[in-house]
Amino acid sequence: MQENNSIGIVAPRTAHFSEPFTLKSGKILPQFDLVFETYGILNADRSNAVLICHALSGHHHVAGKHHESDKYPGWWDNLIGPGKPLDTNRFFVIGLNNLGGCHGSSGPSSINPDTNKPWGSAFPIVTVEDWVNSQARLLDHLGITQLAAVIGGSLGGMQALQWTIAYPERVRHALVIASAPNLTAQNMAFNEVARQAIITDPEFHGGDYYEHGVVPRRGLRIARMLGHITYLSDDAMGEKFGRKLKDNIKYSFDVEFEMESYLRYQGDKFAGEFDANTYLRMTRALDYYDPALAYGGDLSKALSKAKAQFLVLSFTSDWRFSPARSREIVKALLDNESTVSYAEVTAAHGHDAFLMPDKHYHAILRTYLSNIQIGSDHAK
Amino acid sequence: MQNNVNITNAVTKFRQDFAIIANWVNFGSKVLDLGCGDGELLQFLRDSLETKGYGVEKDDTNVLACVKNGTNVIQMDLEDGLSGFENQSFDTVILSQTLQAMHNTERIVLEMLRVGEEIIVTFPNFGYWRNRMQITAGRMPVSKALPYQWYDTPNVHLCTINDFDDFCKNHKIEILERRVITDGKEVDFLPNLLGSLAMYRLKSK
Repeated sequence: MQENNSIGIVAPRTAHFSEPFTLKSGKILPQFDLVFETYGILNADRSNAVLICHALSGHHHVAGKHHESDKYPGWWDNLIGPGKPLDTNRFFVIGLNNLGGCHGSSGPSSINPDTNKPWGSAFPIVTVEDWVNSQARLLDHLGITQLAAVIGGSLGGMQALQWTIAYPERVRHALVIASAPNLTAQNMAFNEVARQAIITDPEFHGGDYYEHGVVPRRGLRIARMLGHITYLSDDAMGEKFGRKLKDNIKYSFDVEFEMESYLRYQGDKFAGEFDANTYLRMTRALDYYDPALAYGGDLSKALSKAKAQFLVLSFTSDWRFSPARSREIVKALLDNESTVSYAEVTAAHGHDAFLMPDKHYHAILRTYLSNIQIGSDHAK
Repeated sequence: MQNNVNITNAVTKFRQDFAIIANWVNFGSKVLDLGCGDGELLQFLRDSLETKGYGVEKDDTNVLACVKNGTNVIQMDLEDGLSGFENQSFDTVILSQTLQAMHNTERIVLEMLRVGEEIIVTFPNFGYWRNRMQITAGRMPVSKALPYQWYDTPNVHLCTINDFDDFCKNHKIEILERRVITDGKEVDFLPNLLGSLAMYRLKSK
């Protein structure tokens, strides 16, 4: 919508970390790479940094374009840029590809320096906690002690929440959007079906398909199709496709309805560009995240050390990360007398709404972000 | 959807009640303002008494205004109760000029008593003589305090001071203090006839 205030042409960078990194599982990564992008300028007292945490299929390319000829900008370009709700004239914005990803950071499809072959099944399972710890290392690398804000939607929102728990001194504001304090059984069930689709694909080869020169494309495609059903609301799907036919009914199993065409397109596109092993790990990270678990299921206790100020947002038609789940986070924050505001945005698009430029949603983000103090005035 | 009407903004001119509310709230205490509008009262209390405040608001525009003002706001519908708030987790819970627009009137008052040690409830007194005059003249009352026509009013549960006194008695609610004001002045004589705005400080018996 606002093409004219794009951040413009951006380029990714890679940070190499050679210190061993212990994961929540106990496994140790002897070294790893994180690929990241930054937008805007880090100010003199380094108080204007904002970290963007990506969701299931996201990556470091959050805003702008890599080349003038790119068809699409970064995945959250409608939010980030000069004059946009997250204003790069004011903030220094960092986007990264999480550990285990498939867009340049160390992950199953990257080369294991010990073997000079893709990691494949040998790449460990990573968690939200691991991601946040690795993100903290990236901040160290960039010389940033404290974030002005951490922002994330969905699985990204879990990372934003985890930041406030793991590094209470290092984050002043957390924007937790369309997220949850853990997944419900139903939500995990979708992940399990997605993983089974991948793992039972004959071309999966136990996760070491790279050496066979194949990819479990069918499995990944079905996993993504399933995902897309859950990201849209019934109403949004009805409005977008309804029972519209592609052509006359042919009494076949080819694409008959527009909805099928959409799902197949999304599935094919995704299967052609995403790594199945990464998809498995991202869904597992979702399943495992449960900060209250260590506190006997008491989320309030889990959040008791958080010092950040919170903005929690949910969308009325989001059933995969429903408003009720966001309200659980809000309740825990209220129990701790944290500074928190909560908005429940009326939106028809289901879970996908968090990536859309809804006017009210963006007005809230813009307003909240513009109130964040940076520079010498942020220190109380 | 009567409750979508922005009640709070319509009555902001009548916020002389703020001073009385401030008298009933302790310095540095924790306050929950239900139907907080743009957060004006919470800001007033924060500035004058250093309270820790949260507002509850349903309307999108008001929620945005609260975010802008730096007021903690939780967007939810009071008709759903206060399930997101722990028992006795606030020193004072305020329902300012919103009671009359609630469908679940009884429930919200009981919920407030559950969540707050003390509660403050204010509402336009339907027994005010000007309202009685209009009824006598055969019309539904329309005034500064009740600025709606019968067909577009959000007010579904109007009551008089006597009615509310009875309500408290029947629900075993202790009236700690009652103040009645008209045009910014306190009314001591015949409050149910001469009072425009009724203000109560209450707690569970």
